[in-house]
Amino acid sequence: MSKPLVAIRSVSKNFGEFQALKQVSLDVHAGEVLCLIGASGSGKTTLLRCVNQLTPADSGGVWLDGELQGVREQNGRLHRLSERQVAKQRLKTGMVFQRFNLFPHKTALDNIVEGPVQVQGRPRKEVIAEAMELLRRVGLAEKADNYPSQLSGGQQQRVAIARALAMKPMLMLFDEPTSALDPELVGEVLAVMKELAKSGMTMMVVTHELGFAREVADRVVYMDHGVIVESGSAADVLGSPREARTQAFLSAVIR
Amino acid sequence: MSASERLAEGFPDLSRLPVAAQLHWRRWLTAALILVVLAAIGRAFANGQIEWSYVGRFLTVPVILKGISNTMIMAVLAMALGIFLGVVIAVMRLSSNPVLKTVAAGYTWLFRGTPLILQLLLWFNIALVFPTIGIPGIWSGRAVDIMTPFLSALLGLGINQGAYTSEVMRAGILSVDAGQYEAAQAIGMGRLQALRRIIFPQAMRVVTPPLSNEFIGMVKATSLASVIQYPEVLHSAENIYYANSRVIELLIVAGLWYLLVVSILTPLQMLLERRFSRGTLPSVR
Ligand SMILES: Nc1ncnc2c1ncn2[C@@H]1O[C@H](COP(=O)(O)OP(=O)(O)OP(=O)(O)O)[C@@H](O)[C@H]1O
Ligand SMILES: [Mg+2]
Repeated sequence: MSKPLVAIRSVSKNFGEFQALKQVSLDVHAGEVLCLIGASGSGKTTLLRCVNQLTPADSGGVWLDGELQGVREQNGRLHRLSERQVAKQRLKTGMVFQRFNLFPHKTALDNIVEGPVQVQGRPRKEVIAEAMELLRRVGLAEKADNYPSQLSGGQQQRVAIARALAMKPMLMLFDEPTSALDPELVGEVLAVMKELAKSGMTMMVVTHELGFAREVADRVVYMDHGVIVESGSAADVLGSPREARTQAFLSAVIR
Repeated sequence: MSASERLAEGFPDLSRLPVAAQLHWRRWLTAALILVVLAAIGRAFANGQIEWSYVGRFLTVPVILKGISNTMIMAVLAMALGIFLGVVIAVMRLSSNPVLKTVAAGYTWLFRGTPLILQLLLWFNIALVFPTIGIPGIWSGRAVDIMTPFLSALLGLGINQGAYTSEVMRAGILSVDAGQYEAAQAIGMGRLQALRRIIFPQAMRVVTPPLSNEFIGMVKATSLASVIQYPEVLHSAENIYYANSRVIELLIVAGLWYLLVVSILTPLQMLLERRFSRGTLPSVR
């Protein structure tokens, strides 16, 4: 078996006394679309944020593209990387948030251009051309000069996806990208994500959209109380779950 | 509702009646009362011991003009220093480094906790503590020569302002949604870059009104520098009335200049606010 793009090994995270993640291990291979499902508070967001170090794990390790994230091993001890080094590692991942988090003082185009120009120091002209191409790809070319407040939720989320893609990440993290949207706007965002999946992007998607998971996911992971309960193909996990907890969750969600 | 449905009787159609203009007699009455009071005050001043011709004559004499320009120079420079220090202290205060946090809290505690006029006097008289100041081995000089009224006033006013501005800035930074910082991190920004590119531009919208307030306060606080011989407008007015004894007339001259400057600042604040409210809907603004 080839080396996974993302390898999560025995990752634990506590918030005070509360154990949000308990020794979680998981592989994601290049080109794979992985959907994380589970009840509220089961640790899905925390796991996703451990991958790009927005939430550093208390113990365990996350490797991305073969590189240990957030820490460095030396003489049998782990040393936290500097903020600058962590920021550099984050360039390999893009993240899409539940509440979009677009920069409200910048237009759609400037939101996308910001990272490549300010962080990667690439020439503005070249980046703008790419950003326009990305806006076209998410169907918003004519909204380039609109501020986020002048866009619908679905449009904002599509700009947010374009903003993440502009950094040319090798992995995209989605944290419930459609759950803050009105029902009629969910489809347009999922369509962009499907197209992205088809283009071969590696994706980790926390979602409650089981239809999307069934159609797009190569693998579905069900989490509960900070552990991975079940993992397998979408057909297996969603169609004929082995674990009683997965069955209970699915019958509650589908009803 | 179908067109044939019958409406109940007893409710006449008022749609043709015009709306009569309101009398607002209470507004007229209060306005009249205020005018009477103002007229009485005006009469009192007109008949009082004030030589208005002196006010007119001294309003634009070179010493006063020089004074008001010194006032403005000091206000702008001290405010700039105050904002710079305020930003630095606010960022230190919000960092996770306990040393920086403590230093920042100590700064605010010290300079907010003592009267401004006392700080000005301390800076001006620092030669009593350190006869010579400088960087060891590189440069040094006598404190009495270096601590001119200008520099003492700048340091005193600016450093004091920094303590207040830091709290305004801190409130501004905290007003920006935490998701903004995370989004900035997610595209690879470090802490300072995120502050500069993402957080501050949004915080500016919140801090502009209180900072404008602080600046107006600063324009007037420069008058305290008259006690350390900085030739701002009040100091100039004082020097003139020591010579000609027209105390009230010259105080009115200085007062008129302060009013004029502050009146000009208000529309400037509006311009700034508009500049920083980019991207927010008119209804939200
Ligand atoms: N910063 C934090 N401080 C304290 N507790 C936290 C923090 N972040 C998460 N938690 C707790 O950790 C647990 C897991 O949170 P997480 O956000 O990962 O859940 P989730 O599976 O994403 O849930 P949801 O579907 O509601 O988003 C929750 O019980 C939550 O209350
Ligand atoms: Mg979550």
